[in-house]
Amino acid sequence: MKVLVFKPELCNGCRICEETCAQTWFKETNAEKSAIRICESPEEPGHYCAVVCNQCGECMDVCPTLALRRDKHGIVRLSKTLCVGCLSCVGFCPSEAMFVHADYTAPFKCVTCGKCVEACPTGALEVQDMPPVALTETEKRMKVVA
Amino acid sequence: MESIEKIRAAHKVLAEFHYSPPKIERGYANQTLYVNLSGKVIASKPVDEKMKRTFTGGRGFGLWLLWNAVNGNTRWDDPENEVILSSGPLGGTTSYPGAGKSIAVSLSPLTGTVIDSNVGGHFGPLLKFSGWDAIEVQGQADQEVIVFVDGNKGLVQIIAAPEEATDSYELAEQIVELFAEQPEEKAAISSVSSGPAAEHALMGCLNVSFYDPRRRFVRLKQAGRGGIGTVLRHKKVKALVVKYAGVKADSNAPADWKELAQVGSKMHREIHDQDPIMNNMRSYGTTMLVSIMNDFDLLPVNNFRFGSHPEAKGLYKSEFRKYTTLGIPDGCWYGCTLACARCVERLQPRTGPYKGQWVHVDGPEYETIAGVGSNCGIFDAHAVLEINFYCDMYGIDTISFGTATAFAMECYEAGILNKERTGGLDLHFGNAEAVLELLHQMARGEGFGTVVGKGVRRMKKLFVEKYGADPQFLQDIGMECKGLEYSEYVSKESVAQQGGYGLANKGPQHDEAWLIFMDAVTKQIPTFEDKAEALHYFPMFRTWFGLNGLCKLPWNDVEPADNKKRYPPRIAARVPEHVENYVRLFRAITGREDVKEPEDLIRMSEAVYNFQRIFNLKMGFGTREHDAVPYRSMGPVTVEEYESRAERYDQQLRELVGIDPAGKSTAEKMAALRAYRQQRYESLIDAVYKRRGWTSEGIPTLETVKRLGIDYPDVVALLQKHHQ
Repeated sequence: MKVLVFKPELCNGCRICEETCAQTWFKETNAEKSAIRICESPEEPGHYCAVVCNQCGECMDVCPTLALRRDKHGIVRLSKTLCVGCLSCVGFCPSEAMFVHADYTAPFKCVTCGKCVEACPTGALEVQDMPPVALTETEKRMKVVA
Repeated sequence: MESIEKIRAAHKVLAEFHYSPPKIERGYANQTLYVNLSGKVIASKPVDEKMKRTFTGGRGFGLWLLWNAVNGNTRWDDPENEVILSSGPLGGTTSYPGAGKSIAVSLSPLTGTVIDSNVGGHFGPLLKFSGWDAIEVQGQADQEVIVFVDGNKGLVQIIAAPEEATDSYELAEQIVELFAEQPEEKAAISSVSSGPAAEHALMGCLNVSFYDPRRRFVRLKQAGRGGIGTVLRHKKVKALVVKYAGVKADSNAPADWKELAQVGSKMHREIHDQDPIMNNMRSYGTTMLVSIMNDFDLLPVNNFRFGSHPEAKGLYKSEFRKYTTLGIPDGCWYGCTLACARCVERLQPRTGPYKGQWVHVDGPEYETIAGVGSNCGIFDAHAVLEINFYCDMYGIDTISFGTATAFAMECYEAGILNKERTGGLDLHFGNAEAVLELLHQMARGEGFGTVVGKGVRRMKKLFVEKYGADPQFLQDIGMECKGLEYSEYVSKESVAQQGGYGLANKGPQHDEAWLIFMDAVTKQIPTFEDKAEALHYFPMFRTWFGLNGLCKLPWNDVEPADNKKRYPPRIAARVPEHVENYVRLFRAITGREDVKEPEDLIRMSEAVYNFQRIFNLKMGFGTREHDAVPYRSMGPVTVEEYESRAERYDQQLRELVGIDPAGKSTAEKMAALRAYRQQRYESLIDAVYKRRGWTSEGIPTLETVKRLGIDYPDVVALLQKHHQ
C-alpha cells in the first residue's frame, strides 16, 4: 500500500508541495486546491506539520454511494460518477485530509501520485510501501457479496 | 426473473404524459404533478412565487393543494381526497445531514380531517429532481395501478399492475427489478406503497423505499401517522414510483454552493465529534431513548398507566443492538451523518406467513418499541422486532397499532372484552402472540384485528354501544385526541406536554412539541405564559422542518460542544448555533436574502401552521372542544395508578392544591387531583390561544390571518362564519 509520508524535521515550510499538487490536479497553483496542506505550529514557529491522506480507508464506510474504493495499490480513490457531494467524508476523515473547494462539488484527496515528492526541495516527502491496513466494514461486506 | 417478466407482461399503460424535465432552480422545480386516477388525467400545475412565499414547500404545499381539492364535506374515502407527497426546497440537499424527507398529506380515515406525516427514503428528493415539487394523486382507479414517474425521460404513466405483490417488502423489490434497466439504476428508484392490512384497517401507513447499495436490497421507511396508507390502497394504488438517475451535490441547484459546503461540512464534523459523547445516534438510533424514558417515568406501560417497568431493560438499546448488522451507521438519505437508521438483516418470525423464514426489517424506532412493546406490556426485543416487521410488511402504523392494542388490552383486563368478544384471543398485557395474531387478522381482513384496526375512537363507541361499557371510563383511558392515537410518551407530569399533544394540529404526535424535560424535570417554564411561549416557538420551529424536507434530529439530538455553556438553559434548548445553520442553509439554497434571522423561520411556519388549524375548521373540527384530551394523559385514572405513585400525588395535593391528603380515601384524593389538573389544562389552553393570536374558541383571528398573508377569500369567509 503506497502512502505519502511527511518528515517534519526536513520541512522548511516552502509549500511547493501544495502548489505542485494543485497544479497537477487542477491546473492552478491555488493552495486551497491542494490535497496536502502544510501548517506551521503556533507553539513552535518554524516547525511544520502536514495534513494529508494516510489511505486508512475510514471514509469508505461513511460514503453512502460506495464512491470511495481502494484500488489494487491500496490507494483510496473517489469516483466522481458515483459521488453525490454529500461531504460526509470531509467531516469524518480522522486526519481531516479530505478537502472540498467551492469551485467543485466533489471532494478531493491525496492519491499518492508522488508529484509533490519530486518537487519537494528538502526531501521532506516520500512515498513509502506500507503493509495493508485492516479491511473496512464496507470492504468486508463487498467481499461477502461478491 | 421469470416472475418479473410475468408481472411486466401484465402491465398495461392506461395513461401517459410526456414533459421536459425543468431545470431545478434554488430548491424548486416550480411545478407540481397532478394525477387523477378516475379520469386517468395527468397534468402539470405551476408553482408561483406567492405559493412559495406563503407555503414554502413540503407540508405547506401539501396543505395548499389539498385545500383546493376538497370541500368541508369531503370524506377520506371520497375520490376527491388526495394523497400528496412533497419534500421542500431544502429536500434533496446531500451536503447537510437530514435533508431527504418527504411529507405526506391527505384527509385522514382516523381523524376525518387533514393529516401530515413525514418520512425518510428517497422519494421526495428524486421526485423533485424529476421536475416535481409535489405529486398529488386524486380519484380512484378501477383496477390496481402503479403511477410511474421517469425523471430522466420526462415521462409519467398510470400503469395497470395486477400481478405485483401487496406485501410491502416483496413489492418494493419487484419494483426495482421492474423499473431498473441496469443494476446500477436500482439506487435511482424509490417507491411509495402500503400493504394488505391497510385495506382492512384505518391506520394504514405509507412505506417509502430506498435501495441500500451495501446490503443490496430495498429498505423501507414509514409515513405512519393518520392512515394515509389506507387512503392509498382505497385508491387502488399499489405504488407510486419515481426513477431519477444522476443525483449530484448541485442537483438541488443551490444559490450558494460555497456557503452550503461550509455549513454542511461543519455540521458533519460536529456530528463526528459530538455524537459519540452525546446520544450516540449513529450506533443506536432512537433506541437509546428507552432507558431514559424508563428512568424518568415517561415510558408508556400498559396503556399509559405507568411510566416505567422493572422489565423495561428487555427493550433497552443493547437488546436491539444484538440484531443490527454491518456496523456502519447509515442514513435514509445521502449525507445524513447522524445516521440513525439501523437494519436488522436476519430476523426469523415465529408466526404468520414468514414463520421460520429469514427476513429483514429496519429499526425499530423508539416509538415502535414503546408502542408495541412496553405499552402492550411486552418486554421482549424479538417480539417487538417481529411486530415491527409485520406492521411494515402489512402497511400498518406501529404507533396507532400499539396504542390501539394497549387500549383493547386494558378493556380486556377490565372485563369489557372477553375471549368471546375477541374471537378467542387472550388480550392480557404481555401476550405478544395475541398481538401478532391481531396483525395477521388485520391483513386477512377478519376477526378482532379489524376492530382494533378501526382505532381507539371507534372502539370506544363500539364498546359502549355493543357491550354497555362505561363511556366516561373509556373516554378517560382511550389514548386518542382528534381521533388519532397518542404517540409514546407519558405526559401526566407535564401540563405543557399535555398541551403539546392536545393542541397538535394533526392529533397527539410529539413532532410539534416535546417539552417534558423543560417543563417537569428542569422546570424552565414555570408560568402559563412561559409554557404558552414554548408552545408557540417549538411547534412553529418544528413545523419548519416539514416545510423544507428536513429531519428534526440533527437540530437537537446533537449539540455543539459549547451549547450549554454559551447559553442559559431556556435558550440552549433551542440550540441557537443550529438554528443559525438553518438560516444559512435556507439562504444558501433558496438565495432568499430576506431570510436573515431565526424569527424569519418562525414566521414561515406560522402561516402554514395557522392554515392547517383553519383547514381543521373547514373540515368541521379545529375548535376548543377538539383540543380536549383523555384524562389518562393528565393524571391517574384508576386507584391502582394513583397508589403506584401515591407519594408524588399526595405531595402535590399538599403543596400545589392546598389539600391535606391525610385521612382521605384514594377516590377523594383522585377527585381533588383531577379537578386541579383539568383546571390547569384549561388555563394552559387559554394562554396558548392568546399567544398564537386565536380566540378563546381556538380560532385564528382575522388580524392573525392577515398578518400571516393567508387571508384568502375562502379563508376569510370561513373565519367570518365562525366569528359571528
